[in-house]
Amino acid sequence: MIGVRPRPRKNLVCWQSVELVTDYLEGALSQAQRRRLEAHLTSCRDCPEYLAQIRATIALTGGITPGDLTPQMRDEFIGLYRRWRADEEHGIP
Amino acid sequence: MLSLARGHVPSGAVAEEVVQDAWIGVLRGIGKFECRSSFRTWLFRIVVNRAISAGIRERRSVPVDDMEPVVDASRFDAGGTWRVPPEPWTDQADDKMIAAKISARILCAIDDLPPRQKEVVTLRDVQGISSEEVCAVLDISQANQRVLLHRGRGRLRQVVESEFGGTR
Repeated sequence: MIGVRPRPRKNLVCWQSVELVTDYLEGALSQAQRRRLEAHLTSCRDCPEYLAQIRATIALTGGITPGDLTPQMRDEFIGLYRRWRADEEHGIP
Repeated sequence: MLSLARGHVPSGAVAEEVVQDAWIGVLRGIGKFECRSSFRTWLFRIVVNRAISAGIRERRSVPVDDMEPVVDASRFDAGGTWRVPPEPWTDQADDKMIAAKISARILCAIDDLPPRQKEVVTLRDVQGISSEEVCAVLDISQANQRVLLHRGRGRLRQVVESEFGGTR
């Protein structure tokens, strides 16, 4: 038989869409995969909420000030960084 | 950095030694630093290397710590459609007071993540480091990084959901 038979593509279901969310946000889906996911997101009532919650979770996580530096380490880091900057400005390779 | 070191060594005391040792390495190596990578990548890389050479854990293969789905299977019906869909809460997270409380809860939850997820989530979402940098720092593939990030973020979303009183 000549010609390419279009492969029947089943629509994504919710659990699949949930598992693709990170690849989607990371821009790691192929164009076809991205289209399938976006098609699901426009037709599903709940998956857009899940995506919104992941985005909100990322934003909340980004709001955390890392508390794992002791004042001493922070001072060391600042000193180190200033030295590095000074070296940079003086053109030391 | 301490949390980064902790991912590789069993105790806080050893992690502190590793970080201290890394500082010395940084000071000695500062002249060798070239601008091929950002200063931060270089610094984190040193911490990870020191932690590894503290000898506790083999680095090469990065197992995905758990393969549980990011949403419990019981929340989908047999066809894979939501049976117990996520209850909306993102509007509430706009409130600064609530967001601060939830962020504190997330910090504890990050600490409870499996070590590899913890590293990736800390670097990506707490420190805001790019995926390229994270892969360079941890010496893992992009695909591996994404899987770890996916599990970690999924777990944190569950924690936030339960904080808002939604379904676990």
